[in-house]
Amino acid sequence: MTLPAIELNNVQKSFGNISVIRDLNLSIAHGERHALIGPNGAGKSTTFNLITGYITPTSGTVKLRGELISGLPPYRINRRGLSRSFQVTNVFPNMSVWENLRCAVLWTDGHHYSFWKNIDNLPEVRDRTAEILSDIGLATRRDVPAGLLTYAEQRALEIGITVAGGADVILLDEPTAGMSHAETERAVTLIRRLTEGRTLVIVEHDMSVVFGLADRISVLVYGHVIATGTPDQIRSDPKVKEAYLGEEAA
Amino acid sequence: MTELTSRVAPPYPPLSERLKFYGIWVAAALVLLALPKVFSSGGALTTFSLIGISIIFSLSYNILLGQTGLLSFGHAVYYGLGGFLAIHAINIIGANKLPIPLPVVPLIGGLTGLFFAALLGWVSTKRSGTAFAMISLGVAELVASSALILRTFFGGEAGISANRTKLMRLFDWSFGPQIQIYYLIAAWTLLAVIAMYALTRTPLGRMCNAVRDNPERVQFVGYDPHVVRYLAFCFAGFFAGIAGALAAINFEIANAAYLGAVQSGTVLFSTYIGGVGYFIGPIVGAIFVTVLSLSLSDLTSVWQLYFGLFFIAVVTFAPGGITGLLMMHWPLIKGGTFGRVLPSYLMGLIPTLAMLAGLVLAIETVVHYTVNPGDDPNIKAFGMSFNVSSPTTWIVAFLLIVVGFVAARKTWSRLALAWDDALKAAREKGYHT
Repeated sequence: MTLPAIELNNVQKSFGNISVIRDLNLSIAHGERHALIGPNGAGKSTTFNLITGYITPTSGTVKLRGELISGLPPYRINRRGLSRSFQVTNVFPNMSVWENLRCAVLWTDGHHYSFWKNIDNLPEVRDRTAEILSDIGLATRRDVPAGLLTYAEQRALEIGITVAGGADVILLDEPTAGMSHAETERAVTLIRRLTEGRTLVIVEHDMSVVFGLADRISVLVYGHVIATGTPDQIRSDPKVKEAYLGEEAA
Repeated sequence: MTELTSRVAPPYPPLSERLKFYGIWVAAALVLLALPKVFSSGGALTTFSLIGISIIFSLSYNILLGQTGLLSFGHAVYYGLGGFLAIHAINIIGANKLPIPLPVVPLIGGLTGLFFAALLGWVSTKRSGTAFAMISLGVAELVASSALILRTFFGGEAGISANRTKLMRLFDWSFGPQIQIYYLIAAWTLLAVIAMYALTRTPLGRMCNAVRDNPERVQFVGYDPHVVRYLAFCFAGFFAGIAGALAAINFEIANAAYLGAVQSGTVLFSTYIGGVGYFIGPIVGAIFVTVLSLSLSDLTSVWQLYFGLFFIAVVTFAPGGITGLLMMHWPLIKGGTFGRVLPSYLMGLIPTLAMLAGLVLAIETVVHYTVNPGDDPNIKAFGMSFNVSSPTTWIVAFLLIVVGFVAARKTWSRLALAWDDALKAAREKGYHT
């Protein structure tokens, strides 16, 4: 595959007079695990929002497998095989775990807005939902409303919903935020397994997660990528040290 | 089906469960058939007919409110337009001797509701929440005021009437007697309820719930929440149109009140009081509100005031509605711990009733005193005579309210403790829902 999975060219985003993203260039290869790091307010979540269509760039282009997607609404981008999770847990709180995952499977299985099919009589949807449910390890919590799950369980469900539709480009926004050490380890194993063979872009603050998981890392400071490279290159990059890692080392 | 699926997916309901499920619908049909045999008076038949209409209307409203999370203040628009088109249809069919029998007319009403929902809904469903509520109110005002302006179609203040007996006969039924109208409404009610229940079990029905819970996330599983809301709106309009047509057939008239804010408010009342969280909630609400409004309006001239107070009480203390309140007890009953709260209930009942009696007495005396000041000052309440101009009555009402409230508050907090205790015990036995 020669075309990059995601490509951002000279993307700018300003809210009023405040420029949040400046000249953002980012190319994520097909099948790679790419981490986006940077201090708070660097524009990591905004970058995610720009890629997924949640907000449109003021100028510049976003391409998915070479096709222009900037300006499309989120659901159209999602239908092209790009899915994301959220920093703040974003599930369907009054619906059971099973129904949450099933909702995420319906569109890709071709059921769209159909109102003439019995939802309990769709074997493929059932199989796929069961598979994801077992993958995220919530089989015993199947019938619990998502709003009543523990935080770590909700985060796992969040990832489950994100991958359930079978998208081959997955964006995860701080999937381990607020988790204990043991929970983080489990979450990383889960992410590694579920995104096998897919393109993964991850925003993460936990450096052990970032350096353990990512093939390549981009460092974002004030809405601008200051460095991109392998974990080793990033670790030794003086600009990165100064802007970001240095703070932690000091 | 894979081995994994059979292990982790929710099991298909066993045959006994499915039989029970279909049994409920058969039982409902039998009850509808048998009702006129048990209560055969004309008043009862009229009441049942109104209840049936209200059930369809309330359930259609709950497609919006309960299922999709859309608060509409103008649902009567689709009910009313369905009613008007039904009346016009009856007149046209009758005048031209078209081979269309009366039982088909509600479908015309439904299609009218669907047409106007499809026409007016695209803009209003772009947003949910406050924006949707405001637009629905605006559209309702627009249509209601045009009902008074476009006189040829809406008939102005008087409305448009029709003679339902002039249509092609089916099985030699003229649809003149109320009993035949009752059966017509009952049949349509059953059909509509089944259809609306089935809708909740489809991919669209489930995505409506997802949009209600979290429209933002819906976009990231491939769905356009606007389209989901729009389709829900169209279905709601369709069933509201059926209800409106049935009402028009029942009264043989359609007028501006069908489309008005009061009608839109009533359906919101019924649905919410019944409980938006359960499919049967609006059915319960429709029965309750229809019966209550018919009986209360016989008893007192300010029945709407009581209605309002009751609605406020439900919104404040029982946001799940009557159905939610009843379903709360389910784990206690299954867990066998309901007995623990029963004494507290009985204890709380006395001061609460005293407080309510004081409230009713106060309202009725004030109303009587201000509305008909010159009349005989004696009113009857609770089977006793009261003199509204006597200070004793006022003092008694005041004392009942204050003392009742103070005592009731004590018993309520005891009830809450007993309730927590019973619920905990039931949960320990494994009964959560």
